Amino acid sequence: MRYLPHTTDDLERMLNKIGVETIDALFESIPDKLRVKEDLDLPEPLDEGALKDQLGALSVKNRALGCSSSFVGCGAYRHSVPATVDMLISRGEFFTAYTPYQPEVSQGTLQGAFEFQTITAELLGFDVANASLYDGASACAEAVLMMHRVQRRRRKVLISEGVHPEALETCRTFTEGVDDLDLEVIPLTKGGDLDLEFLKKKMSKDVAGVLLQSPNLFGIVENVREVVEIAEKERALVCQNVGEITSLGILESPGNMGCHLAVGEGLGICGPLNMGGPGVGLMACRDKYKRSMPGRLVGETVDTDGRRGYVLTLATREQHIRREKATSNICTNQALMALAFGIHMSLLGKRGFHRLSKINYSNSRYLRKKLHSLGIMAFPKAAHYNEFVVRAPGGDARQLTLEIRNKDGVDPGVPLGRFDEKWKDLLLVCVTERNTREQMDQLVTAFERHM
Amino acid sequence: MNPIETRGILYHEPLIFELGAEGRSGASLPKLEVEEADPRDEFDSKQLREKSPDLPEVSEVEVVRHYTRLSQWNHSIDAGFYPLGSCTMKHNPRINEVTCRLPGFADIHPYQDESELQGAMQIIWELERFLCEIGGFARVSLQPAAGAHGELTGLMMIRAHHVKNGNPRKWVLVPDSAHGTNPASVTLNGYKPKQIASGEEGILRPEDVERAMEEVGGDEVAAIMITNPNTLGLFETHIAEIADIMHRYGAMVYMDGANLNALMGYLQPGKHGVDVMHYNLHKTFSTPHGGGGPGSGPVGVVEELVPYLPRPTVEKEEERFVWKFDRPLSIGRVRSFFGNFGVLVRAYTYILEMGAKGLKEATQLAVLNANYVRVRLQGKYTLEYKRPCLHEVVFSDRELKKETGVTTMDIAKRLVDYGVHPPTVYFPLIVQGALMIEPTETETPEEVERFCNIMESIFDEAKENPDVLHSAPHNVGLSRLDEVQAARRPKLRWVAKKDEKKA
Repeated sequence: MRYLPHTTDDLERMLNKIGVETIDALFESIPDKLRVKEDLDLPEPLDEGALKDQLGALSVKNRALGCSSSFVGCGAYRHSVPATVDMLISRGEFFTAYTPYQPEVSQGTLQGAFEFQTITAELLGFDVANASLYDGASACAEAVLMMHRVQRRRRKVLISEGVHPEALETCRTFTEGVDDLDLEVIPLTKGGDLDLEFLKKKMSKDVAGVLLQSPNLFGIVENVREVVEIAEKERALVCQNVGEITSLGILESPGNMGCHLAVGEGLGICGPLNMGGPGVGLMACRDKYKRSMPGRLVGETVDTDGRRGYVLTLATREQHIRREKATSNICTNQALMALAFGIHMSLLGKRGFHRLSKINYSNSRYLRKKLHSLGIMAFPKAAHYNEFVVRAPGGDARQLTLEIRNKDGVDPGVPLGRFDEKWKDLLLVCVTERNTREQMDQLVTAFERHM
Repeated sequence: MNPIETRGILYHEPLIFELGAEGRSGASLPKLEVEEADPRDEFDSKQLREKSPDLPEVSEVEVVRHYTRLSQWNHSIDAGFYPLGSCTMKHNPRINEVTCRLPGFADIHPYQDESELQGAMQIIWELERFLCEIGGFARVSLQPAAGAHGELTGLMMIRAHHVKNGNPRKWVLVPDSAHGTNPASVTLNGYKPKQIASGEEGILRPEDVERAMEEVGGDEVAAIMITNPNTLGLFETHIAEIADIMHRYGAMVYMDGANLNALMGYLQPGKHGVDVMHYNLHKTFSTPHGGGGPGSGPVGVVEELVPYLPRPTVEKEEERFVWKFDRPLSIGRVRSFFGNFGVLVRAYTYILEMGAKGLKEATQLAVLNANYVRVRLQGKYTLEYKRPCLHEVVFSDRELKKETGVTTMDIAKRLVDYGVHPPTVYFPLIVQGALMIEPTETETPEEVERFCNIMESIFDEAKENPDVLHSAPHNVGLSRLDEVQAARRPKLRWVAKKDEKKA
């Protein structure tokens, strides 16, 4: 076995030194009656060639999207990630290291994380960002818990129905065991945006915070400033889940719109979609809340000779110091994906990021205009970024998706009925910089054919 | 002229924000084929970004050099020995990095139709069965993204089970040797941790568990969380008796499987009283640690808890794999999509390459290496629990410190000078100045021997010239970093010089 280096001589010599006759003797603390008596029932081992063949055969049972025409988004956006990103994170020095507990030998990971924190804070418009969370959905859940932690005596957190359903469900799962915290969902209006009148009615001194998503599930850009205004009347906090990170090239940041904290998902920026993971959860907040933040934080310091260096810091929030009083149980995060996110953002740079955002937006405007004239836009009056909803002419978006896929070779989007039966006729269409004009025109033709 | 400071070829690399020039970019973006849209037509000016995010302005070459140089400041398994206890820093096979990047696994969207994801779903289905077999469980959820995430998920299922039976209960018993994530996960689930002390032999005694149950009222105890082997590297020999006690009160047994590398092919915990266990694919099953993630922390459960598993699960119906969302008792999702799928492909590849015999042998050699270190160093360093360990061994600085003033931190920093990553230090908390050493099975006997020699040299240095240890490391790009200052006046992001006053 190529990963197991010990020769027979090695074994003998080492056992001898230890003073036992067999390896099994080292396992004597496991009572005999508990020990596995037979070999585990697993497939016969494979050599590298066979592994490649077998995994290769499995991989082609999936349809890789490749250069096909796809308008599928909904929290997992297909962006073009430069080859440089994967090449750099594939350096063994990065991917075979662990959490930088010993800063003197982990400066690469630490400085990379410090840069990621800066980039994330800059994008989201805040003073502080953490070194990443598992994903956008668990980041939403952590934000809910954090708002509740900051406002200890308040028992309610209001969540917009426009938050991605999987993130909303994750928030429910995470808060199930928290006795003094109730989640309440604020519905969307018929126009697809957050019902601000309903929010006003629900707002009270008992509300710790509001979690909304913008662009929301339907791709609609919410009036975040007004939500902040409503919340601040009762001194409640506001967290924006940024539905699509690239929107921040043209849309104002959560921080500058008055939010107290923000979260997001970097999947699609840090690498290929991998059926949804690994991506990277983003979280940033105002300076005054940093000690309530979950997750790792990297800070700048100096060595004994006064040279700049980086260390894990504010660990007194964390489980390994605070144990049951910690702000979160997080230990490992998504460091390598955070590094990839930082590399991609550095490549894009100030101008590239803005341009990327502009291309996404312009493509979406082009496509929306065409579909608008077909009369199938579900929320024609709302403001969108790169994603929007069409109403399936036949009333069954999944059926329509399959037909267009089979007849036209185009993935027209995500049927929202997968989340809730009441959205059965809704199809979420996403357009990014990877969609050409030809693809967009083709999609329009496909919809026309199904009118 | 201000020359870049180097140490040989090691660069003191500036921050990426300090490189480049205004107007420069490393982006490669498509030409716009449609009319450029003006967002002001659609949005109120207050919704539009006033000032572009202050991202770096660098070319691709600068990015490549910058991150390459940063990487050179890291120690890694690829570069050398990395005996970080409880982290199982074994070799990360390269073939796994190839298989997970196959387009059919990397370039798939989570919301493609099931018919287009059959290969990926088959991997999830089969990997679940492999892990069930290794751990002795009925079902496994592959959704959690890390070990601590798995703990949280496991405790949620335990809570759901108790709620279903009419009382969520109040307490979770946690040994004093537990990893900090255990009590933190307990609190997040609305439970209170009740600490139990380890016995003199370094393991839990059934009578102490029994007493703890009586103290808080056994009917109010939801579960016990046991790390096995525990953080001293010792097997909890009384696990079955302890499980019996818990079950008598209707309480559950949660096993932290972080140290499963010590048990493969020897113990299937699910068959001997453990009700829930999380696996760390990034430890036991060779997937890279990535500098702190992405990991994967699947959770195995016994039959009784299957209804509570996160949704969706993958089921096989005839020859087709389907997502099953309709699970009325499920705790719900713990994250988006279907877990860290890219990590799952790596672990699946590893298990296929190792097979049953290979996994068992890995466990054997991991335990052999750890015991070798124990025997080699026990004459010099203090071993608080003098008995064979499993996959890791914990020494203390108690005697050495008393005699020479040299602490565990000094030893750790001095190891760096010798090109070795320090072990886990000051954990578990029940050992004074703990040095927790886990060599793993993939290290050659020569490398293990070299490490032991280095540890002996450091011991001698401590006696002869302790100052050289107090001021270590000497042989790295940076000397000891001031962690106190970092925490006292936290500087958590870069700020442009011109903005510094505002910040």
